[in-house]
Amino acid sequence: MIHKGRLSTLAGAFVVARRDFVAILWSRSFIFFLLGPLFPLFVGAMAGSIGAHVENAVDTPQIGLMMAGEDIDAMLTARHALEPALRDDLPDLVVVARLHPGEKPDPRAALADKSINGGNLSAIISGTAKAPVLTGTPGRLAAWQGAVSLIAARATGHGPDVLPDVALAPTATSTAAQAHNRVLTAQGGQTLLFLLTMLLAGMVLSNLMEEKGNKVIEILAAAIPMESVFFGKLFAMLAISFVGIGVWAVSGATLSMAGWVHIPELVTPAVGWPLFIALGVAYFAMAYLVLGSIFLAIGSMANSVREIQTLNMPVTMGQLMVFFFASYAMARPGSAIEIAAMVVPFSSPFAMLARAAMQEGLWPHLAALGWQALWVAIFVRGGAALFRKRVMKSGPQGTGQKRGLIAALMGKK
Amino acid sequence: MLSNDWAIEARGLVKRFDGFTAVDGVDLSVPQGAIYGILGPNGAGKTTTLRMLQGIIDPDSGGRRILGADRPHDVAHRIGYLPEERGLYPTMKTYEAIAFMGALRGLPLAEGRRRGKAMMEEHGLSYAIDRQIRQLSKGMAQQVQILGTLVHQPDLVIFDEPFSGLDALNQGKLEKMIRALAAGGTTVIFSTHVIAHAERLCDEVAIIAGGRVPFAGPVDVARDRIPAQVRLETRHADGPWRAALPADARHEGALWSFPLPDTGVEPLLRALIEGEAGILSLSIERAGLHDAFVAIAGEAAARALGQPTQEEAA
Repeated sequence: MIHKGRLSTLAGAFVVARRDFVAILWSRSFIFFLLGPLFPLFVGAMAGSIGAHVENAVDTPQIGLMMAGEDIDAMLTARHALEPALRDDLPDLVVVARLHPGEKPDPRAALADKSINGGNLSAIISGTAKAPVLTGTPGRLAAWQGAVSLIAARATGHGPDVLPDVALAPTATSTAAQAHNRVLTAQGGQTLLFLLTMLLAGMVLSNLMEEKGNKVIEILAAAIPMESVFFGKLFAMLAISFVGIGVWAVSGATLSMAGWVHIPELVTPAVGWPLFIALGVAYFAMAYLVLGSIFLAIGSMANSVREIQTLNMPVTMGQLMVFFFASYAMARPGSAIEIAAMVVPFSSPFAMLARAAMQEGLWPHLAALGWQALWVAIFVRGGAALFRKRVMKSGPQGTGQKRGLIAALMGKK
Repeated sequence: MLSNDWAIEARGLVKRFDGFTAVDGVDLSVPQGAIYGILGPNGAGKTTTLRMLQGIIDPDSGGRRILGADRPHDVAHRIGYLPEERGLYPTMKTYEAIAFMGALRGLPLAEGRRRGKAMMEEHGLSYAIDRQIRQLSKGMAQQVQILGTLVHQPDLVIFDEPFSGLDALNQGKLEKMIRALAAGGTTVIFSTHVIAHAERLCDEVAIIAGGRVPFAGPVDVARDRIPAQVRLETRHADGPWRAALPADARHEGALWSFPLPDTGVEPLLRALIEGEAGILSLSIERAGLHDAFVAIAGEAAARALGQPTQEEAA
């Protein structure tokens, strides 16, 4: 008789994790998991392309001229002379009407007329070059008032005749630029972390649905502590996510080397790239474990697959709230909000990753990882205790009582 | 105070769900090496009791000791459990499912696979070794799960309604398997609402009704709770001998049946002969476990409802 003896909590978790890992790796849901990032990228690319097209079509500023012929010629000549020095700071000028002597222009009617310049006029300059009148919406007026004034000054001979060349001496960075770019790196890190945990949360819920459907949960609960079951499931999914990240990283690097995709350059984070990546992996693991342990605890108390499915929406909303909270806190370094984001276990991984991008120092991260691990343990222990206390009813139950997940969560006896 | 002399000992187990008391002070003592039946109607609290004994769920109050351990998971590697709701991973191969169940109980996976294949061959299931669980019939999947329950050679096996879902042939095979386990020193405890299995197999039973245990002990003692039944056939329909019959005697024509009087059969026989009954046949039938179960569970249900039992009414 071979008796290896009682399985420890970790050994039991390993048995569950090994089974889940192999099963998920060979399942169709893993294919969808691998393809998951393609959908937001595709949607993002489509939205970007459409947005750029719309911007080009609508936002290229064109200002109409409704002036006497000599004023129009003077304005166009002045703009042409200023263009080499000011480039994009000048609006395009389009002739709408050369006015005959005594003719009164109607700029408002011209702006409302869609047949003029294809309906693409931001504003209308009327009056004379000496006393130009700019007609348009308040936003447009504020944007182009200075440029129109400069062109008119030049047209009437009051502007600078010569614009000296300015020699350019570019530098790699400045303190202001570095701070700004590190914010971009932090935002990028947080967004990646959020997308990964969101993908994984869906996988955890799918896995729970499978477990509820095939009724293996009682065999697991009888053989090993529920903590082992929870940890096993969490670690299996974490390992799966690392496989997925590996596949995405290799694919991305291959496509980048082939020149098919452009990976945006981010400024070096405050702790340096190697440590930032290592912390990113650790915080991703913690963000997932904290969230996943809560999902498992709640999901295991659900009485049916439908109850678990109804969790999807609040789960996604909850993740979004955490992400927004951490993003909001990132922009307020040193504030009570930032400290709260670092302390609250759900937002802590996001907030700390942003900190790694913007501030140096390793010890705060080690402390944060320990703090987050503590909460994972608390959530798993709490979930297991709730499961043993309130789940696995059989036979008839009380009538007229709230049952299932809601009753369990409310502590209804 | 719980002792180590029993495979399972429980005192005052209580479990409530949503205001409903599923188990209400259950006491159990299962001897080592016994075949022990937990009998009860559907919803009596059998499954909840078995789950509490194994630590799947926590009791609200009361204590239990299993194989000498206060914490059931400390001896999980010595226990095999077949739940009432059968569960296997549908895409797993049969021998892998057996090995996985063994691995959960501490058996190395490779050894579990080897034993799984051997057990399937031994039980005439070799043709299904490479099949996935989803390719099996419900009964076959249940057989695979039973083998998974036993693959780590446990000292205590707990079956929850093991016969449901099996055809008559496989029910017989399972009974044989249970006897073989007990002969090898394994304690077997199973729940059922089909009394015939318990009567054929069990050394002792506990009857659960309404979350309580109105009887626990040897099967013979349970049967003795019901007086033996006398079946009497007489030549004469009436006569002085009728005075010897108890008041609650029932008859169909010349065939009488009534509980054996406390004074025994000899005074009854003497009275019948002296009263010139013309005895054609007389037999004394000991009560079956089914009768005992109906009577005991019925009394418990009546008490729970605050009604007088048959005995009290009489």
